Amino acid sequence: MAQAGPSARKRPLSPHLQIWRWGPGMLSSILHRVTGVGATVGIAVLLWWLAALVGGPASYATFTGWVWADLTALSWNGIDILWSLIRILLKIVLIGVSWAVIGHAVTGLRHFVLDIGAGYELKQNNLWATVSTVLGIVLTAAFWALLLLR
Amino acid sequence: MGNGTSIGRVRGLGASHSGSHHWLVIRYTAIGSLLLTVWFAVSLLLLPNFGYDAVHEWAKRPVPATALALFVLVNIWHARLGIQVVLEDYVHDEGNKFASILALNLVTFAAAAFGLICVIRLALGGA
Repeated sequence: MAQAGPSARKRPLSPHLQIWRWGPGMLSSILHRVTGVGATVGIAVLLWWLAALVGGPASYATFTGWVWADLTALSWNGIDILWSLIRILLKIVLIGVSWAVIGHAVTGLRHFVLDIGAGYELKQNNLWATVSTVLGIVLTAAFWALLLLR
Repeated sequence: MGNGTSIGRVRGLGASHSGSHHWLVIRYTAIGSLLLTVWFAVSLLLLPNFGYDAVHEWAKRPVPATALALFVLVNIWHARLGIQVVLEDYVHDEGNKFASILALNLVTFAAAAFGLICVIRLALGGA
């Protein structure tokens, strides 16, 4: 019996995402993974930023021209439409990356609490899962408010 | 020990003794990343503007350059460990898993070296 390779036999799999009822803990946990991957994209932006600084004022202007373009100065003629759309997309990516980093940090703090064995009681778990998810968004908004309104 | 079934091939081998190390290093690098991310966010907020002169003047100073180098390294290290977990969860084929983690390692070291070279050039006045 069962001499076939591991892939030839259909072993039972644990049920995946779609079978569970959504709850705060599940949302927070999934967002932690999503924001972790998003924050990794942020490393690419960070390296581009550092390389642009090394390259001098012209390459730094190229970086900011792409990542933080002046939306009022975008051109909407011919192929420029594509570049303008990419510039808008990159602005969304940069804001998204900031949320990924801040949100991942906050849900990560929740994981530190869970790591020491605390916060598993249902009401507490739901409360802190909700707080960490909301706090990530609030802190991101606060960061951009401080940045843009100073 | 059996040699046919998947459970038979691993029965008796015990734990790999490296899983808890990976788990711990994710936590260590998370704390480093948290401290440096707070520093980075505060530094950005304290910059007078984001023009080349202001950012360059700040980034090349010894303490910001040191923190930037650590910021690059700890985040790449932490991301490498985290992405490994994601790959192990979703890439089921052994060959593809090996290839994707190989690619992850190459990108990790390339990114770390590139980031460090950039910060060092800023700090030592090459740029």
